[in-house]
Amino acid sequence: MHDAPRPVPFRGGGFRPQRLRGVGVAVFVVLILLIEWGTRAGWISSLTLPRPSDVVATLVQLWKSGLFFQHVTPSLTRLAVGSAMGVLAGVAVGVMIGLFSLARAGLVPLVAALFPIPKIALLPLFVIWFGIDEGSKYALIALGTFTPTVVATFGAVDNVDRTLVRMGQSFGLRWWSIVRKIVLPGALPGILSGLRISLSIGIILLVAAEMLGAQYGIGAYILEAGSLYDLERLFAGVVILSSLGVLVSWLIAQLEKRLLIWRS
Amino acid sequence: MAHPTILGAGMDLKIEQLSHSYDTVNVLSDISLQVPSGQIMCVVGPSGCGKSTLLRMIGGLERPSAGQVLQSGDVPPDCLNPLTFVFQDFALLPWRSVAGNIELVLEDHPLDGAARAARVADVLARTNLSDFAKALPRQLSGGMKQRVAIARAMAVHPAVMLMDEPLSALDAQTRELLIDDLVGLWMRAPFTAVYVTHNLAEAVRLGHQIVVLSRRPGRVREVMHLSTPLDQRSMADPGLQAAQERLWALMRDEALAADKELAHA
Ligand SMILES: Nc1ncnc2c1ncn2[C@@H]1O[C@H](COP(=O)(O)OP(=O)(O)OP(=O)(O)O)[C@@H](O)[C@H]1O
Ligand SMILES: [Mg+2]
Repeated sequence: MHDAPRPVPFRGGGFRPQRLRGVGVAVFVVLILLIEWGTRAGWISSLTLPRPSDVVATLVQLWKSGLFFQHVTPSLTRLAVGSAMGVLAGVAVGVMIGLFSLARAGLVPLVAALFPIPKIALLPLFVIWFGIDEGSKYALIALGTFTPTVVATFGAVDNVDRTLVRMGQSFGLRWWSIVRKIVLPGALPGILSGLRISLSIGIILLVAAEMLGAQYGIGAYILEAGSLYDLERLFAGVVILSSLGVLVSWLIAQLEKRLLIWRS
Repeated sequence: MAHPTILGAGMDLKIEQLSHSYDTVNVLSDISLQVPSGQIMCVVGPSGCGKSTLLRMIGGLERPSAGQVLQSGDVPPDCLNPLTFVFQDFALLPWRSVAGNIELVLEDHPLDGAARAARVADVLARTNLSDFAKALPRQLSGGMKQRVAIARAMAVHPAVMLMDEPLSALDAQTRELLIDDLVGLWMRAPFTAVYVTHNLAEAVRLGHQIVVLSRRPGRVREVMHLSTPLDQRSMADPGLQAAQERLWALMRDEALAADKELAHA
């Protein structure tokens, strides 16, 4: 007996991330609405979580009083200066490790030794070395972003297609031209994805540094709110930090879109 | 603008008793060959017999353990890179446009902007790529990518082109078209080339002499000379078919023996 002809079952699909707009926002909204409902209805006690609408009110007030920029501006400056120093030095050292065997032999063990040290633990030391003011904060963020950048950069340089380098040599390109026009652009995707990690670490360290001896800054604001057990302000600070993280990630995504259009 | 010939006065290459080994592996043994200027020398041989190694040594990318490669004759004054490679995998920079990839190899030379632009335009026109000057490599088919690589090689007006299986990453139809392109380019301006291939049909279409290497360590098994002009070689030509069959007979023994050695190793 023959069965009736039937379509071949489909087995493909999946394993392929697709852009779904709005889902991320929806998750946030649902979560916040749930908490709002819970705190209003009483099944979340006001000691556990603040009411989201109160957090928003706190943020609005922070903005209106002008305190918002008083806290955010120094934080952004610290993040920008510290991570710029760390990332630039990290890329430079990473490229050197990628290009020179001597640098690789000498520096890779050093970086491996520095990487796992919790940089926060070194803050008291940095305070003595660089002063209680901005210096120690810059140094902490710089060192924290430095090591992951080095590792990402020399990995990226190692992964540059050797046939392209050999092509450059075979056309008699100068050493510096090969580095500038072949190695660096080829390593850029890896360097940029390293930058995501470095900058997230930078934000974490920024808050840690500001919790130790800063009058203004998001970290100082959160610390003060925490010691008063002022949950609304604590969460307002956390919201600012999260937004900062999203902003940084968005900026890097824009950079990738601009610089890496050549990728297939 | 007068068409600059790729090859002016010309340069002869002479390979003298060249041998090479990597650590303990003997790769090439006592190779002596001559490439007269304006001719194409095809090199065939079983996998792993050292063809690519030989080509790298001719191009000065690697040093032989023994023997030498000599160049004689003048390099034309407008030649920027006498020994120029065309690679199997194209080796185009994905972040540069077609024109940018060609400019890359001119940028380190003291050419003024106009001269550089003229060279780029000239080679793009000769390889029928003028319409794609601004395209990125990822937008091109394999055959077009290899034409860009050939255009790039011609832009430096090389004395000798060193081509390592330039067509083997392409499908059969594209390969036929590119062989015709290469023949056309050579007819208009004869260039000197060493052309490594696995494809015997390619070898008899393009080679003025065809060198058969033995299995590893590669030795010169035979050098075949073909006198039919390149533009008169067709796939149906009985003389060429006989040549191809003879090459295959030589190659088959070597390939079989190489396979057996692998099985025993
Ligand atoms: N850098 C290297 N170090 C050690 N051994 C090598 C190196 N390069 C090539 N070999 C060995 O030398 C031999 C010849 O290699 P080569 O690539 O020249 O062969 P080929 O004739 O081009 O092969 P194919 O036809 O597969 O392209 C191979 O056995 C290969 O494993
Ligand atoms: Mg090879």
